[in-house]
Amino acid sequence: MASLRYESQVRQPLVTGAKSYHQVTEDIVRPIEMKPTRLWKIGFTISVALLLFGVYSVYREVVYGIGEWNLNKTIGWGWDITNFVWWVGIGHAGTLISAILLLFRQGWRTGVNRAAEAMTIFAVMCAGQFPIFHMGRVWMAFFVLPYPNSRGPLWVNFNSPLLWDVFAISTYFTVSLLFWYSGLIPDLATVRDRAKEKWRKHLYGVLAFGWTGSTKHWQRHEALSLVLAGLSTPLVLSVHTIVSFDFATSVIPGWHTTIFPPYFVAGAIFSGFAMVQTLLIITRKVLNLEDYITMEHIEVMNKVIVLTGSIVGIAYITELFISWYGQNPYEMAAFKNRYDLSTPYAWSYWLMMSCNVIAPQFFWFRKLRRNLLFTFFMSIIVNVGMWFERFVIIVTSIYRDYIPSSWSTYYAPTIWEVGFYLGTFGLFFTCYFLFSKYFPVIAIAEIKHILKKNGESYKDDMEKEEQSTVEHFAHEHAHAH
Amino acid sequence: MAVKKFVVGCFDDEKVLFPAVKKVRKAGYKIHDVYTPFPIHGLDQAMGLRDTSLHTAGFIYGITGTTTALTFMSWVFTKDWPLNIGGKPHFPLPAFIPITFELTVLFSAVGMVLTFCYLCQLAPFVKKHHFHLRATDDLFVMAIELTGKTNEADVKAFLENAGAKEINVQEAETGWWLGRYDKEQALYQTK
Repeated sequence: MASLRYESQVRQPLVTGAKSYHQVTEDIVRPIEMKPTRLWKIGFTISVALLLFGVYSVYREVVYGIGEWNLNKTIGWGWDITNFVWWVGIGHAGTLISAILLLFRQGWRTGVNRAAEAMTIFAVMCAGQFPIFHMGRVWMAFFVLPYPNSRGPLWVNFNSPLLWDVFAISTYFTVSLLFWYSGLIPDLATVRDRAKEKWRKHLYGVLAFGWTGSTKHWQRHEALSLVLAGLSTPLVLSVHTIVSFDFATSVIPGWHTTIFPPYFVAGAIFSGFAMVQTLLIITRKVLNLEDYITMEHIEVMNKVIVLTGSIVGIAYITELFISWYGQNPYEMAAFKNRYDLSTPYAWSYWLMMSCNVIAPQFFWFRKLRRNLLFTFFMSIIVNVGMWFERFVIIVTSIYRDYIPSSWSTYYAPTIWEVGFYLGTFGLFFTCYFLFSKYFPVIAIAEIKHILKKNGESYKDDMEKEEQSTVEHFAHEHAHAH
Repeated sequence: MAVKKFVVGCFDDEKVLFPAVKKVRKAGYKIHDVYTPFPIHGLDQAMGLRDTSLHTAGFIYGITGTTTALTFMSWVFTKDWPLNIGGKPHFPLPAFIPITFELTVLFSAVGMVLTFCYLCQLAPFVKKHHFHLRATDDLFVMAIELTGKTNEADVKAFLENAGAKEINVQEAETGWWLGRYDKEQALYQTK
């Protein structure tokens, strides 16, 4: 006990304001019990509108085919795969916060893990759409599943990284969903037991699975969370590794690189944390949760951003170095097509470099790490940069391949391709708005669990107690002499 | 599922709860359960519960996933329909690893969650008796079963001594049933 007490004094409190257990419940459940605010309604309407536009764009693609997206013989992967990789990457921070930080016993994760996990699930939902619709004949999508079929013994190719993706993404989605929901059950029970209206009691009664808070259940729940975290940790690394295999196992110059797995994982965490920042800075403000998502949380996440951003930067430079060191003319040409300012896509390469590598370096300054407005601005910059990273990797590697006769002219997306992307934003924010209105955005039980160790008021008490112990000791000591 | 009688004591601090649990057990009363708003480490040991073997179940599910993936893919590519894919071997073990890993994780996670729900009897529409609504908010609720040997007044006095803030007596079903939380209803099973 004494060692814990000592540690807690060194660190800043994770929950500010003098909170009791009941106040924690009040603060977090209040937004659920309130009527939706004006701002919420406006945001929700915009999201649904975007979603509908996306649905229409997808409808056009399904009816008229992939040509609607301006994809052609040379550029077969354009915005769709860029968006796929980008959205999957966004999801990774959620699992990182909830799983890896749980294993490392990082107390600060409790304030942000619920929202981050929800973000993961919605992001993966958006990501999954792109490869499915990229198939063109989306009604044949079930062909990717290995099942005893009526087409003779025709099986999927288990050697193909594209099939690994199918398994990786669906497993990732399922496990994240289970992890998120099993964590929600106790908190949904809290909402249920406070509910006054009948419909609310019924709805949350169904959602909470009959949770009571029995000690034996908590014991199993803890075991479950820990093992799920242990499973998700390698899972999250494997998912983006496998996504990177889609590129790395091919022989296209610019893709065929052994650095891809770690580089993609770092990039995913980088962009994911940026998205967590974007969402949480808004959420804490709108739902008045500044006491739970404190500047400490934001600063810690900014530190992760500067770390992963630098890893990504090293990866970019390593790629350039290897292309020069390897002296493969095709590889060198592929990279020249990126950085050489006279090439058509150089702007996207340098945009990527400045957003991902140079911009996050500002976070070395504590003042900027703790500046809300700057952090918010940076989180968007990083997400733009990471989108361009995927765009650069995909488009600039394939628009001029081995034979100059098949070189592409400039590739620009159509309105329907952009519309699909906007539509996934609509889906993502529609889901997030619903989540923030009907579910506890912060893990109530977990906050209560760390409250006495890391809450502000309890810290003061502990300090006083410590002080009196020291005085007492000094007094005794003096007497002994 | 019989209807049983309980003395229910509510504590508002885990610091008081811990010694109380120990005292109650020492006195020989039967603790039906303790309901808390968040997991309290060490409470299960204090109550004398044995450790959960959910981990073992998870491990077994994981192994099942590994074997399923490996056997299935090898069977497809070596026995059912051996295809020559770019002259690669029919049993390319390294290429099987990603899917094998994913299925291991999938089987283990899904299996464990289902087992967890089964063991704790958790599912949509499951209803259980709640001794105190604030047990999911800020109270630590201890339910002590009244048996032929225990006296109601004694247990009440005992709990009060141990620091309980609120004490009452309830008759309740110990099991679970399908029901809705917005309705007081006749139970599915009353015997």
